[in-house]
Amino acid sequence: MIELAWLIPLFPALGVVINGFFGTRYTRDNAGHIASLMAGLSFLVVLGIASEMIFGSGGTHTIHLWDWISAGKFSVSIAFLIDPLSTIMLLVVSGVGFLVHVYSVGYLQGDPGYPRFFTYLNLFMLSMFLLVLGDNYLLMFVGWEGVGLCSYLLIGFWYEKKSASDAGKKAFIVNRIGDAGFLLGMFMIWILTDSLTYSEVFQAAPNMTAAGATAIGLLLFIGAAGKSAQIPLYVWLPDAMEGPTPVSALIHAATMVTAGVYMVARTSPIYAMGPGALEVIAIVGAVTAFFAASIGLVQNDIKRVLAYSTVSQLGFMFIALGVGAYATAIFHLMTHAFFKGLMFLGSGSVIHSLHHAPVEQQQDMRYMGGLKSKLPITYWTFVIGALAIAGIPPLAGFWSKDEILANAFFTGHYFIWGLGTAAAFMTAFYMFRLIFMTFHGEMRVDHHAREYIHESPYSMTVPLIILAVLSVVGGIIPGFPLEGGWIHSFLAPSLAKGGAGGHAASEAVQFVRVAVESGGGHEGPTAIILIILAIAIAVGGIALAWFMYMRNPAVPDDLASRFPGLHRLLLNKYYIDEIYEACIIKPIYRLMNSLWSFDANVVDGAVNGASLVTLVSSRFSGIFDLKTVDGAVNGIASMTKFFSQVFKFIQSGMVQNYLFVMLLGIFMMLSAYLFR
Amino acid sequence: MENFLLTLIAFTPLAGAVILMLFFKREQTVAIKVFATAVTVVDFLLSIPLWTRFDTSEAGFQFVQKVSWIPTIGVSYFLGVDGISVLLVLLTTITMIVATVCSFTAIVEREKEYYVCLLLMATGMLGTFMAVDIFLFYVFFEITLVPMYFLIGIWGGKRKLYAAIKFFLYTLFGSVLMLLGILALYFVNLKLGTGTLTFDLTELYAVGPKIPIGLQSWIFLAFFVGFAIKVPMFPFHTWLPDAHVEAPTAGSVILAGILLKMGTYGFVRFVLPLLPQASQMFVPFMVLLSIIGIIYGALVAMAQTDVKKLVAYSSVSHLGFVMLGVFALNQQGILGGQLQMINHGISTGALFLLVGIIYERRHTREISEFGGLSSVMPIYTTIFAITMLSSIGLPGLNGFVGEFLILVGAFKASYVYAAFAVIGIVLGAAYMLWLFQRMFFGTLDNPENQKLTDCTPREILYLLPMVVLMFWIGLYPRPFLSRMEASVGKVVKMVNVAAAPMNTKAAALPAGVRTQPKAKNF
Repeated sequence: MIELAWLIPLFPALGVVINGFFGTRYTRDNAGHIASLMAGLSFLVVLGIASEMIFGSGGTHTIHLWDWISAGKFSVSIAFLIDPLSTIMLLVVSGVGFLVHVYSVGYLQGDPGYPRFFTYLNLFMLSMFLLVLGDNYLLMFVGWEGVGLCSYLLIGFWYEKKSASDAGKKAFIVNRIGDAGFLLGMFMIWILTDSLTYSEVFQAAPNMTAAGATAIGLLLFIGAAGKSAQIPLYVWLPDAMEGPTPVSALIHAATMVTAGVYMVARTSPIYAMGPGALEVIAIVGAVTAFFAASIGLVQNDIKRVLAYSTVSQLGFMFIALGVGAYATAIFHLMTHAFFKGLMFLGSGSVIHSLHHAPVEQQQDMRYMGGLKSKLPITYWTFVIGALAIAGIPPLAGFWSKDEILANAFFTGHYFIWGLGTAAAFMTAFYMFRLIFMTFHGEMRVDHHAREYIHESPYSMTVPLIILAVLSVVGGIIPGFPLEGGWIHSFLAPSLAKGGAGGHAASEAVQFVRVAVESGGGHEGPTAIILIILAIAIAVGGIALAWFMYMRNPAVPDDLASRFPGLHRLLLNKYYIDEIYEACIIKPIYRLMNSLWSFDANVVDGAVNGASLVTLVSSRFSGIFDLKTVDGAVNGIASMTKFFSQVFKFIQSGMVQNYLFVMLLGIFMMLSAYLFR
Repeated sequence: MENFLLTLIAFTPLAGAVILMLFFKREQTVAIKVFATAVTVVDFLLSIPLWTRFDTSEAGFQFVQKVSWIPTIGVSYFLGVDGISVLLVLLTTITMIVATVCSFTAIVEREKEYYVCLLLMATGMLGTFMAVDIFLFYVFFEITLVPMYFLIGIWGGKRKLYAAIKFFLYTLFGSVLMLLGILALYFVNLKLGTGTLTFDLTELYAVGPKIPIGLQSWIFLAFFVGFAIKVPMFPFHTWLPDAHVEAPTAGSVILAGILLKMGTYGFVRFVLPLLPQASQMFVPFMVLLSIIGIIYGALVAMAQTDVKKLVAYSSVSHLGFVMLGVFALNQQGILGGQLQMINHGISTGALFLLVGIIYERRHTREISEFGGLSSVMPIYTTIFAITMLSSIGLPGLNGFVGEFLILVGAFKASYVYAAFAVIGIVLGAAYMLWLFQRMFFGTLDNPENQKLTDCTPREILYLLPMVVLMFWIGLYPRPFLSRMEASVGKVVKMVNVAAAPMNTKAAALPAGVRTQPKAKNF
């Protein structure tokens, strides 16, 4: 089965061809079914491969297809790598991807761009598979750019809306900044190891100096920060919510945005050599987690809350990577794909049911409320997702998030642990704020739209139910017991040992590992206190949301008026977009316009000036010539001499010479003739 | 046959032009078009053996033909192709078909003269890339100026005469200096080299490294001015936007696709191997100009309101990349530069074709006149999108492979070069996506655009080869790279004759980062 891995990207590629070429004419109404079938077939192949990897021998397998680029010593192939890490990624991508395809069949029914949507969605699957399957950095980069392109196309799917096409463009350009870092990191890897193929690079990695590995690590992290929306490059993700909601679920929550996490985990042998880069990643992740969660506290757009939540949760994953807990990061990536995918699809179900409300109210939670009874399946699955992300045991989020915070704590990153814990508290709060505002309380929906509110079709609710089940069991099965779950031993062959090679906190990591291996879980009083604290914080956040939005609804407004500055700051997302606009975009516009006038006036002016000078001086010398008739006699004499020399050369008796002169003559005559 | 093949390819268009001039009447417009197309197709078919029968392991010239021409001064009629030129020859023959077919409806007056000029152009360009004798090269190099001058001056836009004269004089000025450089080489060879009167490049290659650095620098500068104007490198680029904007579509396609490559080709063919020490000495200067070109070209492109001018300035940026690769002076850089010459010809050529299609329908190129075009012209939009992505350098399409190799080469020379050059890829995405958004997205609010028709079969037909090439080179560049590899390797060896320390990998990164000093490798 494993040698059939090339089938995985092939199916969506087929879907792209079928819907891309024949979508508008022939397959119009069936585009969704064809695309879903292709995603489903890929999923089946992945299941086959995964069962072989999980229940069989495991190991690392390379499927070589063809040589791609070679130049001197530089050579890269198109080849796929199946190992535990790519297996987990494939499961998440193809599984959630397939569900989102099915969901979209119902969600986009009747949209004029229906076949186009599914062409892009299949193209996305293809690119994402290349990203995780590639056995070298360049192929990862191909997928990386491919998913970026699909993200661009799908964010701007409703391209007639200026805000949508703006958001798409912003996403692409911000990601390009990250890509620049990725490219430089890749070049450096090649310079230092003579290869871009993982196996060869990692074999050479232990010979790297700390400075070299740190530089590579930081450059690659610029790329990861772009794709996975970390400070300072996260600004595109909230805007990306302009895309259709299934896209937000698949691309901007479950899969593409986690590519940066995958990349860092994949590169763990290099990061192990450059601990400085890991420290930076941990700090950026923690600050992002905190910062984005705080913005999420006050947003009113249902999808924006989820978007900031995604940024925040990605921050958690980077905390895990930064403290060397790579497997935990991938674990959280997986559970997050379940519950965040679920909640995005749930929000899509809500928006879908409000189809008849005024456009600006469809996503605004201030115009929702009381939807619980009308949308029971959506409601209950959403609650499961929210409980999972809040970290209530035994749901999925508890296992992965607790491991992240515990790893931060036990490696001595107390500050990061503190930020993460605070972010976890805010997460529980804003998620239940969302639930209470959307589903509970009195209904604030526009009167004309009320009668149309109905639960979504099965093609949409069944994916919700499946994801809800996964949000319940997706943590405990692979993650029990804490720190010693199956997923750790499964992923271990793909990842560097946390903190090896001079990691500042390596001893602490070893300490945890020993504790884990001997006891199987967080032994000792500290660990137990941490777990209790984590649960208390989750419950506390939920309780506070209940108090503020159910029990005593006047409190939020009261708080807002008591701290107007803070409230405005959060509501306006710390004015980051405005700061970027003023400090980066405006200056570039000014620069480009002044360069343009510089080009037209100075650079080109010099050229025109030079020609003018020539023209004028030729006039003068002409006049001068006329005046100096005296010299004419001598001039004629010397001219005769000169020409006789020239003609001597020309009359060489060679036919070719005559031909050449003739040719020139023809051109001259031709020019006289054409310009007469 | 093999001996005459190049001559046949080079002069078939000329023969076609003569027949067209003598045997066709002005009014027979259909016959003229059919005949001109047939000539370009035959020429392309003739050039196919250059692809199939090319020996990829041979670094030197193939398909050579050498006849003495003006023995008194040692000029020979010497044609040949190697990895540096063979793809450019093929690109020329393909582009000529496209340029001819795309003119059918765009050119409606003096058609006979127009197609004569196009065919003359082809002979000039093909000869330029095939000439191994440097004098012969110069003759062909200059000949191309004349038909292009007419193409712009007669069939151009509003300011056609200004643009045509500017193009002609500016490039002529450069090539006169280049002629001085050629003559200097010629006389130096008498003293230091073989001592014979010869313009034969294969012989002159031997004398290059022996020239004292002082004189070499002067010759370098003479060649530099000639070729840098042609490329065009910053700050010699201002003739290009004018020429592009005023030229008819086919003129722009030829200009961007092939004519500019004569400059970059000149650097690889003559400057690097003939003047190795000077080339090394001028690396910082050349790289600086290239990087300025990349960033400056992109920023100025962003400021344009005319689509064609935007594409013209994007050429300045892209050719900056090519020059950066060439002056990385290593295998990856030069190979990437070579491939990017082809890629730029395909992508930018296609962009000019696309601009021509919309101009024919709307008679304007102002970006603000458009918007929402994707709803009325879906096929056009799709092809434009693919071309744009190829120009941006998206993996899977041709632009990426070339750009990537250039950056690898630049990084290998010095990480500083690559760090600045990547700014260009960010800006490149910015101006292209912004253009695309303004033209194709949004609502179709200009009533003039509502009755626009999508691409006709003829238009699709001449765009299709470009799109196929974009994917082919992007997905499977091996056949292209393998044809260039040996010859590029030879150039790299020749230019690094005096072991420039900057080209060892170890020097690419600051001390402390690298593991151990590595052996020099290319």
